[in-house]
Amino acid sequence: MDKKIPTGAEVIIQCLIREGVEYVFGYPGGAAIPLFDALVDAPQIKFVLVRHEQGATHMADGYARATGKPGVVLVTSGPGATNTVTGILTAQMDSAPLIVLCGQTISPMLGKDAFQEADVTGITYPVVKHSYLVKKTNDLPRIMKEAFHIATTGRPGPVLLDLPKDITSGPCTAPFVDEVDLPGYETPSMPDRNELQKAANLIAKSRKPLLYIGQGAVIAGAGKALTQLAEKLGSPVVNTLLGKGVMAEDHPLHMGMLGMHGTAYANKAVLNCDLIFSIGARWDDRITGKLAEFCPNATKIHLDIDPAEFGKIIQPDASLVGDAKKGIEALIPLVGKLDSADWVKECSAWRKQYPLRYGKQGGLKAQMVLDELDKLTRGKAIITTDVGQHQMWAAQFLRSTFNRSWISSGGAGTMGFGFPAAIGAQLGCPDKPVWAIVGDGGFQMTLCELATAVLQKVPLKILIINNSYLGMVRQWQELFFDNRYSGVDMVGNPDFVKLAEAYGVKAWRIRRNGDVKRILKQAMAYNDGPCLIDAEVVKEDNVFPMVPAGAGYKDMLIERPKQKMAKPTGST
Amino acid sequence: MSTQSASHTISVLVSNKPGVLVRVALVFARRGYNIDSLVVSTQQDSDFSRMTITCSGDPATLDQIIKQLFKLVDVVRAIDHTGDQVIEKELALIKVKCPPENRTQVLEIVEHFKGVTVDFGSESLVLQISGGSDKIDHVLGLLGSYGVVEMVRSGKILMTRGASTT
Repeated sequence: MDKKIPTGAEVIIQCLIREGVEYVFGYPGGAAIPLFDALVDAPQIKFVLVRHEQGATHMADGYARATGKPGVVLVTSGPGATNTVTGILTAQMDSAPLIVLCGQTISPMLGKDAFQEADVTGITYPVVKHSYLVKKTNDLPRIMKEAFHIATTGRPGPVLLDLPKDITSGPCTAPFVDEVDLPGYETPSMPDRNELQKAANLIAKSRKPLLYIGQGAVIAGAGKALTQLAEKLGSPVVNTLLGKGVMAEDHPLHMGMLGMHGTAYANKAVLNCDLIFSIGARWDDRITGKLAEFCPNATKIHLDIDPAEFGKIIQPDASLVGDAKKGIEALIPLVGKLDSADWVKECSAWRKQYPLRYGKQGGLKAQMVLDELDKLTRGKAIITTDVGQHQMWAAQFLRSTFNRSWISSGGAGTMGFGFPAAIGAQLGCPDKPVWAIVGDGGFQMTLCELATAVLQKVPLKILIINNSYLGMVRQWQELFFDNRYSGVDMVGNPDFVKLAEAYGVKAWRIRRNGDVKRILKQAMAYNDGPCLIDAEVVKEDNVFPMVPAGAGYKDMLIERPKQKMAKPTGST
Repeated sequence: MSTQSASHTISVLVSNKPGVLVRVALVFARRGYNIDSLVVSTQQDSDFSRMTITCSGDPATLDQIIKQLFKLVDVVRAIDHTGDQVIEKELALIKVKCPPENRTQVLEIVEHFKGVTVDFGSESLVLQISGGSDKIDHVLGLLGSYGVVEMVRSGKILMTRGASTT
């Protein structure tokens, strides 16, 4: 009996199995049919049929962020592939490992405006970590191995494969590959010893140290090492939006989130520290505000796996190239307890003086709903968010206590991310409660995935913070543009409860304070598939504290200013 | 002179993969950097190519560009050789309007700069000049008064001196 020579598509699917892929998120089309055909013979891989390709990328991203494993997307050529671009950007900005498999027209037709042809490799160059336009079927085993290696190592990111249909249909005689040979690709592991010693010497001089932790620490799983370092030094810790959870936020040295909508006490600590140590964070403009005024007198140490981050925004006094966890573990023996007791006390005093607050009167407040949710989940749920006011309130009020439990689009700020990301997270972590906190605006960008959630029977909970406004833009227009509202009124919103029910999703509405706890509890107890809560909160409320874009930390607003504000000068 | 206009020559060793030129060019374009010249050639080992890029702009941006280049999977090395001990060469073909009465003077210039006359017409000459970019600029200046019809320059190539690799 002769052995059948596999097709390129069959080899791709076999490679996915070899890489341990459990889920493929996607949507079929003509140019991808050979790949879908090969999936029929691979019951090990569960295919999640989405309703729009953007949703597939966010699901794969949510899966990747929740599990640490790469998320896999499979779409067809042309519009199928271009619909993934937003999701690829989102993953690239937040260093999430994705493998995006795109069908393509047959290679003789490339560049000839064939049906559903798009130069997807060309369109995505600026937003991928790497990409391949595959020209030979026998290259597939090598390229698949390289793609997974590149997506998951160093600073992770999305890798796109543009797969002409004749390549996936053709016979593949090349063997599977176990090693990669990429002479231009280095993955730093351990920081240089001299730089580590230099950092240790700088730290030894500090009396007001501050650890500033971001996504790199999450990816490295540096939580234990970080906690150990903070405790050994006696150093308060702040995290970026994406750094939530890697070190438990209920730790006494943890000061919460810094930056534009960080806690006032975290930002006071940033303003007053004499040393700031970035661990897997990148001095983003939402963190620094006006760069010239950001910690001008503090010593700056930067630990990052991506050497291109050094000197991009700030010039650090010590640059540690390497993995956040390994870097900190190597640093711990080189440092000792600092004379920082007064500083820690000062920080605690700020925490008491400037707690997160919200008005208890005048209707249902988003903050109150999230505060109640925090009391019920106690930091034990995976939270995904969309982008906007609800995202900032969620970051402020929902404590994250374990790594990879906070999933939010940071760098790209992609509306429509939160809900599909929750589907991916729930599939990856079936035993953990998952809450998608979304706004009424962003939810409508990807709500078609309700059908996907129902089909997959994921017991995730969707909480819509519904103020019938694009609240964050409205807030800027109120504060900085003289109340001239433009394009922010979500008049015409559907009845979200009826909408959910149309998809067969259990749904509740919260209108009164008195209903909050009861309905949240009912949702928590509901496990027969996805459920949704439409929380109709007060329409006009603002996120504070706020460091206006382009302003310094000393100009932080803790509450609504009485006077008229100038237009912000910073980026977006 | 501000640092804004400082010229730099960067040598980039790349894996010889499709799309690598686009990826490299995008790094420059995204940061608003102009590429003045770009020479690509394969290496003795055809798996690799060498790009020699001349560009001008502010040094801090260039530092970031080099880091971003190095980050590309297909880029093996990216080094700014400005100020290093290097051999830099360029080749130019220059077509000069040259009626017989000017010939002697033009040919004198060519000879002085060790150039070669590669085309000899009744009303024009095509000259081949090689060497440093400054030298070519200088020759062009001298020929200007005779009337340069057209010109093409290869762009600068560069190699480090001594046994070390570029």
